[in-house]
Amino acid sequence: MDTEARRVVEMGYGGNERLVMNMGPQHPSAHGVFRAILTLEGETVVAVDAVIGYLHRCHEKLAETLTYVQYPSIASKTDYVSAMTAELAYVAAVEKVGKIDVPRRAQYLRVLVAELQRIASHCLWLGTWCLDMGGALGGGATIFLYAIRERELVLDLFEALTGARLLYGFHQVGGVRYDLPAGWAEQCRRTVDLIEQRLDEYEAMLERNAFFLVRTQGVGVISRELALDLGVCGPLIRGSGVAYDVRRTEPYSSYEAFDFTVPVETAGDCFARYRVRMVEFRESIKIVRQALDGLPEGPISSRPGVKSVGQVRIPKGEGYTRVEGARGEIGCHLVADGGAKPYRLKWRGASFCNLAVLPHIIPGHKVADVVAIMGSVDPVFGEVDR
Amino acid sequence: MSELAGQALTGFIVLNVVIGLVTYVTLLERKFAARMQSRIGPYYVGWPHGWLQPIADALKLMMKEDVVPTLADRWVYNLAPIVFLLPCILIFATLPFAPGLGVADLNIGVLFFLAVSSLEIVGLFMGGWGSNNKYALLSAMRAVNQIISYDLPFIFAALVPVVLAGSLQMSVIVEAQAGLWYVLYPGLGQLAFLLFLIATLAAENRVPFDILEAESELVAGFRVEYSGMKFALIQLGEYAHMIGTSFLGALLFLGGWLGPGPAWLGPLWFLLKAMLIFLVVTWVRWSFVRIRVDHILAISWKLLLPATIVLLMATAFVVAWRGAGAA
Repeated sequence: MDTEARRVVEMGYGGNERLVMNMGPQHPSAHGVFRAILTLEGETVVAVDAVIGYLHRCHEKLAETLTYVQYPSIASKTDYVSAMTAELAYVAAVEKVGKIDVPRRAQYLRVLVAELQRIASHCLWLGTWCLDMGGALGGGATIFLYAIRERELVLDLFEALTGARLLYGFHQVGGVRYDLPAGWAEQCRRTVDLIEQRLDEYEAMLERNAFFLVRTQGVGVISRELALDLGVCGPLIRGSGVAYDVRRTEPYSSYEAFDFTVPVETAGDCFARYRVRMVEFRESIKIVRQALDGLPEGPISSRPGVKSVGQVRIPKGEGYTRVEGARGEIGCHLVADGGAKPYRLKWRGASFCNLAVLPHIIPGHKVADVVAIMGSVDPVFGEVDR
Repeated sequence: MSELAGQALTGFIVLNVVIGLVTYVTLLERKFAARMQSRIGPYYVGWPHGWLQPIADALKLMMKEDVVPTLADRWVYNLAPIVFLLPCILIFATLPFAPGLGVADLNIGVLFFLAVSSLEIVGLFMGGWGSNNKYALLSAMRAVNQIISYDLPFIFAALVPVVLAGSLQMSVIVEAQAGLWYVLYPGLGQLAFLLFLIATLAAENRVPFDILEAESELVAGFRVEYSGMKFALIQLGEYAHMIGTSFLGALLFLGGWLGPGPAWLGPLWFLLKAMLIFLVVTWVRWSFVRIRVDHILAISWKLLLPATIVLLMATAFVVAWRGAGAA
């Protein structure tokens, strides 16, 4: 990989011995099963060989063998940290190809859970990223435990709603499967109020910490051009100065009815990505409140409940939908042949596209920065390898 | 001869007390960290509040399989934990815990302490090199970088009370603080104490300067290949070093065993002050992210070293002006 950073290092290379070090797939900060083969010159990384595929489980092939009723619960296993949006991408694709309407209440419920999921996912990102920089026993663990505490609150909400805490099966073709239980809305409001308050604590703890700033500012800079060339998405591209958010550019599930801002930072470094996500926390909270306030009455699905697994049949056709997940744009391309199962399904994983940026930005950094940059990209390997 | 036997007995007692202290300090740290992170910490082993947890940990480590990597440099690898532990324990030899209570109150006690405590780098490097592991090797290289960089500011900061007291003998330094603890010495004392604490963090390889261990990038650094009792020895050495340095800080800046109450309370006061320093170190540990290797070196050479040298010179001028020992 020939990058500017690499050329700088090459020029200063004095002909000393280089060390090839393997990081992963089993490594404390591999974020799953990522393997990076680093070529080191002292402490400086000269080249990165990124190896993926350790979690490949034929997910797209599996989709061809499951019906439109069955697969939404499995779709969440692509991005298991943000399962709601993955499910949404699939059912949205089916609805687009089958031209199925979704009632307004169901659309609002989808927005509600998607934004709650974004909060939960960003909580995990914040915790693990700081863990990467502080070490399991370091200061990071403190933030990690705080962030996990908040994530648990959101998962409690999901548990009350769907009975599951990680992989939900909440969406179904034509709407959603469950309506809000009694008292859920109040619990949800209390939770987001609490999280909003705690966010101030995190920001105070991190942004007034000189060591945190030194570790993140100017580290892992993705230039605007590089971001556009590689097609990175989500907080990464917004951190590099491109205001691209599927919720805004191509609204789905009545996102056009919500008032929120798309945060943009221009620096492109780890700190910019951190800022983008911190603002997204607050924007998500805003959207959750709007969704609860404006929740329309009516049915939650345009189709009846599940009676048999083969009950949904989609006419022959082809379609691509995209939604904004916590990590960026999740795309789902569906080819239907008129039966109860898709003929072909292709996922566009946000993490997969974001991960491609690593070999371009890591060379020239120190070993310690590798994990900081990787954490700021926030990959989920279920989505990378599928 | 009987004097020698007495000293040997004292040494034996001190060694055991230190090991016991180190074991229970881990519990203190875990409980303290748990409070910071809204957790409970060890609880079930030795109800209530995990009083037997350190014993259980030690027993577990003793029973673990001792794995030696096939390609390790066996002699160096096996010797490293002992070479590492020895200076860490030896620093307690010159520490007086009360007037006349200690193994040997040398007239160059502070010098001995500083010299011996920097010897741990040998064990560290042996462990990193002998493991024949790339993570361990990188960590050992970092260790040499860091410890050489931070020993100088550490020594210069520790020399400020020495200059103020006009003696390298630890008991004399404590007696000189009878009027005023050196941490309260206007200007000089607070600055020196602060710089001493920062340098201590680095010399002990604690967060935010724990780049040797660096779990997130180097897995466990120089001790990645160690298991069982050898790992326990390294851990023991690290904590002993930390406690020893806390005692040194309490002795140099916080007036050692001086405190209200009868004389027999002296050792308790000393312990209390040392634990206070230890808790400050722990507090820092659980609230900072790890700093990068190039920044660590920059902080040492560009900030701490000039600052401590200037401070030491200023102290020397003050002492020349007012006379040694005067507070």
